[in-house]
Amino acid sequence: MSTISRRKFVTGGLAAAAGVSSLAVASRLSKKYGLVPPDSGGIYGPGETLTYAAQQLLARHSVAREFPRSMISKVPFANAIAPLSDEFKRLEAGGFAGWQLSIQGMVARPASLSLTDLKSFPVRSQITEVVCEEGWSYVAEWIETPLSEILKACGLLPQARYIVYFSIEPDWWESIDMNDAQHPQTLVAWAMNGGDLPVAFGGPLRLRVPRQLGYKSVKFVTRVMATDSLKGFVSSVEPKSPNFGYAWYAGI
Amino acid sequence: MRVTHWITVISFLALLLTGIEIVISHPRFYWGEVGHSQTATLFKIPIPSSRATVPSGYGYVLPDQNGWSRYLHFEAAWALVLTGLVYVIAGLWSRHFRKNVFPAPEDMTWSAFLSVISKHLRLAPANEADARSYNVLQRVTYLIVVFVLFPLVILSGLAMSPAFNAAVPWVVTSLGGRQSARTIRFFVSISVVLFFLVHIAMVVLTGFANRMREMIIGSAAIFKERL
Repeated sequence: MSTISRRKFVTGGLAAAAGVSSLAVASRLSKKYGLVPPDSGGIYGPGETLTYAAQQLLARHSVAREFPRSMISKVPFANAIAPLSDEFKRLEAGGFAGWQLSIQGMVARPASLSLTDLKSFPVRSQITEVVCEEGWSYVAEWIETPLSEILKACGLLPQARYIVYFSIEPDWWESIDMNDAQHPQTLVAWAMNGGDLPVAFGGPLRLRVPRQLGYKSVKFVTRVMATDSLKGFVSSVEPKSPNFGYAWYAGI
Repeated sequence: MRVTHWITVISFLALLLTGIEIVISHPRFYWGEVGHSQTATLFKIPIPSSRATVPSGYGYVLPDQNGWSRYLHFEAAWALVLTGLVYVIAGLWSRHFRKNVFPAPEDMTWSAFLSVISKHLRLAPANEADARSYNVLQRVTYLIVVFVLFPLVILSGLAMSPAFNAAVPWVVTSLGGRQSARTIRFFVSISVVLFFLVHIAMVVLTGFANRMREMIIGSAAIFKERL
């Protein structure tokens, strides 16, 4: 049996110390530059942090693929949703004329916008793919208002770091970082494939985040909140999670 | 090298288990860019699904395990890719690939392949050289696994990530679309699993205890157990 020599012991110790301190430096730097996702704790934290940091460092400004009109799926697919609430049914009966999207939190001018108000913003249409974490996908055209335009009009405050967005249905929300919130393809959609956005696909209003998986595109959105902390709102790690423990960053 | 092997084993098993869990949520495969429960499939696996929306033909739905499966899948993928990088760099640096893995040019003939295969079929006893070195069949298989299957499994996995496809669209395009990438990944994964099974069988057939001693501590009492 070999014994560990003193030199080996000293070099090993120094290497370990260097490793630990460089990890500490890396963790401080990555916090400073926003490379750490809110679900970075726990046993899956290292993997999530690597994925999120890699995306932030290498592809922060990338643009999701847009497809030619000929590639729009003839039959799109809507995942099952729980029976809709009475409040939703009441608004649906009124042709969604009473539907309001409220913008709150760290904005200078909180607002409540009707569908007609939303349509007065600059409109963008994009043909992008909806990708479910289960594996299936379809391509559709979405007609929408960029979220960044709405945030600009409401005077987004510089200290805001995340956007939390809520469905009218209970316990259904998601959150994204400011980079995704300001991304030109992150939109509040009200029309799909040339018609109104069908209820099954999230109508009258769905927040589309095409660089992430489908579960980040919350259906029936009524509230958007700007915040500097996700405490209480990180869907994937909070006990009241609407996502059953799915990763916060869903770009993969 | 031995450390990278065992990290690879742990990551591989984690990826396999969680990969199966994720496939169960949609055991249908397509070709092209898109596909879902209401479009035609290339093929489907006749198993029950963990989603009620999948027409599996079974009257029940399995529990949804995708949350932790996805977390673990990507963490194990990072462990495997980082370990693989260390392994490939170390292998080039120490000339492991050149010395032990790349077949000698004179072995790259059909007759050399056939001689190895027929030797196996005749169950000819191994000689000492077989225990110390890899034969041409082993070398070629190993090269295919390390330099073809692993890169393909990584690329086809990345081609299913919406953020990666936004950043590097040519990978998914060259694989024939997102659903094609998923289907390719399924077959590549099956090939890796087949390699894994044959590899384990070989280890067991050539003396499990001795091989394990080699793989863990690096030396073996050659032939003590076999002869």
